[in-house]
Amino acid sequence: MEGEGLEVVEVSMKVNGKPVKAKVPARMLLVHFLRDVLGLTGTHVGCDTSNCGACTVIMNGKAVKSCTVFAFMADGAEILTIEGLAQNGKLHPIQEAFWENHGLQCGFCTPGMIMTLYDFLNRNPEPTEEEVRRAIEGNLCRCTGYVNIVRSALAAAEKMRAVGRWVKGGA
Amino acid sequence: MYPASFKVFVPKSLDEALELLAKYGEEAKVLAGGHSLIPLMRLRLVKPKYVIYIGKIPGLSYIREEGGVIRIGAMTTHNEIEESQLLKEKNPLLSETASHIGDLQVRNMGTIGGSLAHADPAADYPAALTALEADVVLKSAKGERVLKVSDFIQGPYLTDLRPDELLVEVRVPVLSGAFGTSYKKLYFRAGDFAIVGVAALVELSPEGSFKRVRVALTGVGEKPVRARGVEEELEGKEASEEAIAKAAERAKEGLNPPSDIRASSEYRREMSVVLTRRALIEALRRARERLKSQ
Repeated sequence: MEGEGLEVVEVSMKVNGKPVKAKVPARMLLVHFLRDVLGLTGTHVGCDTSNCGACTVIMNGKAVKSCTVFAFMADGAEILTIEGLAQNGKLHPIQEAFWENHGLQCGFCTPGMIMTLYDFLNRNPEPTEEEVRRAIEGNLCRCTGYVNIVRSALAAAEKMRAVGRWVKGGA
Repeated sequence: MYPASFKVFVPKSLDEALELLAKYGEEAKVLAGGHSLIPLMRLRLVKPKYVIYIGKIPGLSYIREEGGVIRIGAMTTHNEIEESQLLKEKNPLLSETASHIGDLQVRNMGTIGGSLAHADPAADYPAALTALEADVVLKSAKGERVLKVSDFIQGPYLTDLRPDELLVEVRVPVLSGAFGTSYKKLYFRAGDFAIVGVAALVELSPEGSFKRVRVALTGVGEKPVRARGVEEELEGKEASEEAIAKAAERAKEGLNPPSDIRASSEYRREMSVVLTRRALIEALRRARERLKSQ
């Protein structure tokens, strides 16, 4: 037991495949750790109320809202952010599909949309349109570009099935 | 950094957590998946001096059948409950209810223990757990208490949990016979809490009459309520949608729901009837399918 409790916590985790270690205030949210400490600003802060999903990252294989996770809760975890999706200069099929189907307008919600879909499409490789719409319930697009986002998601599913590229877990 | 400063403990065992609660319980908040507590801390509506994070304690996340009941560990996430094959077969009401909570990301992190301890009056689980007459298990360094969920939840954000206690398990029955269940939730914005939520359980006799009916509502009062009038009206009667439509009118008996920005009290009362009818009709359809296949 740590005496009176810790106000500063030492955390270590893997972020986009790279081990990182840092001392962080207990009250620091994961999204601020990623953006302000690691400089990974692809993960956005949108609503600050756990609604909009712009801050979505993958933690141990599952999509989570990083504004609703303390950094110390991710100690020992594998984190994947939008910066870690492309490999060897090649975009992930979900990224390609968004590009090709005009799935982004202003682009602010896009990283969160893509990370949520990464979790969802790994679990459900052959989704219906309705299932896609339900999967992104926790991601708001204020350009209201949902039609092209859903189209991108369905195209991404097809691409992922074709290349058989199932990136499971946090890497 | 929006939450106020606090000191965190990360116990590695249940005993260690209970010891910490015995010592710091009055000034501490237990953190599980964080999806009720962190939003409140971010708004500084809650400013605990200590946070006890139970996510590193092994053995608090499980769904297993033992002696006619299904035991669910407090750290089990809504997503795990939604996808559990065991629950889908033997208590589909709970997995269906879990699938209606928040959104994908929320269900990936939020836990059944955290949700119950938070006791939001519009949360989804309390309806199902009240209809199922489920138990919660509370542990402290001094021992263990087992309470009915309907006794555990005392009001909005108010439970019988003592400062030195940890909610460790939820127990729901294994359903058998010709049963059918349904959870109907009314909401207008994706991911929202229920304006009204109704959980229904129907069990048919071999001849097709209502052997057992359980209905519970969330979002319509200070705590979840059983629609006992509806249950009494149907039990023993020949099963039909007409009988359900008539009995469902009694769902609003004694209800005095709150009015808020999303719905008026009157609207919630009327919707209690509508959703009770819909939930019971779906539960009946599912019970009939099961009766046919048995």
